[in-house]
Amino acid sequence: MSDYDQELDARGLNCPLPILRAKKALNGMAAGEVLKIISTDPGSVKDFEAFASQTGNELLESTEDGNEFYFMMKKS
Amino acid sequence: MSEKKLCIIATKGTLDWAYPPFILSSTAAALGYDVTIFFTFYGLQLLKKNLTLKVSPLGNPGMPMPMGMDKWFPVIGTAIPGMEAMMTSMMKSKMKSKGVASVEDLRDLCIEAEVRLIGCQMTIDLFDMNEKDFIDEIELGGAATYFEYAGQSDINLYI
Repeated sequence: MSDYDQELDARGLNCPLPILRAKKALNGMAAGEVLKIISTDPGSVKDFEAFASQTGNELLESTEDGNEFYFMMKKS
Repeated sequence: MSEKKLCIIATKGTLDWAYPPFILSSTAAALGYDVTIFFTFYGLQLLKKNLTLKVSPLGNPGMPMPMGMDKWFPVIGTAIPGMEAMMTSMMKSKMKSKGVASVEDLRDLCIEAEVRLIGCQMTIDLFDMNEKDFIDEIELGGAATYFEYAGQSDINLYI
């Protein structure tokens, strides 16, 4: 995993909370900074792709390890 | 990116149907949409300070019930006194265990994201509702107010 500036633990949260928490975290970050998100919601894989394409933030990485999903989101 | 607009009419006042308008609105706001929800008829229940929303299996054959109750209870079983309270408490605990936000939390997130909440004035008059029972963040309006937002929206939903 590459470097990141802030981490968001969204484990145990269901739709749409991981997206809403991520949005809130990104609001407090500077352009170009990277947010790492950990989620257990399988739906968040598709949703973070959709979130990135609609908000302009860049989804650098989307990986899976067992029941956990990891995302790297770069703020636009 | 130019701001898109979403407008929803919320007409239902049960626990299950409280979710779609608040989930979609909070998510749309996070995606950068300008969002308006117009609450009419039973939808006004979603704006009460104290939410006492219930879910009912009555007249709802699509509702999954625990322990195969939908199989061995005849339709009339869903009308047994106490069934509504039981299903409501089971639904709430299931939602909590699956990490689904409460309606209160989702509504707060909508307010925080500046989702516009408009209560239907006619409904309030019709049912003699007390404006003091509603949260402070709402505006009141009528059909023309709805169209003021609906006419400029990219997406309009009736829920």
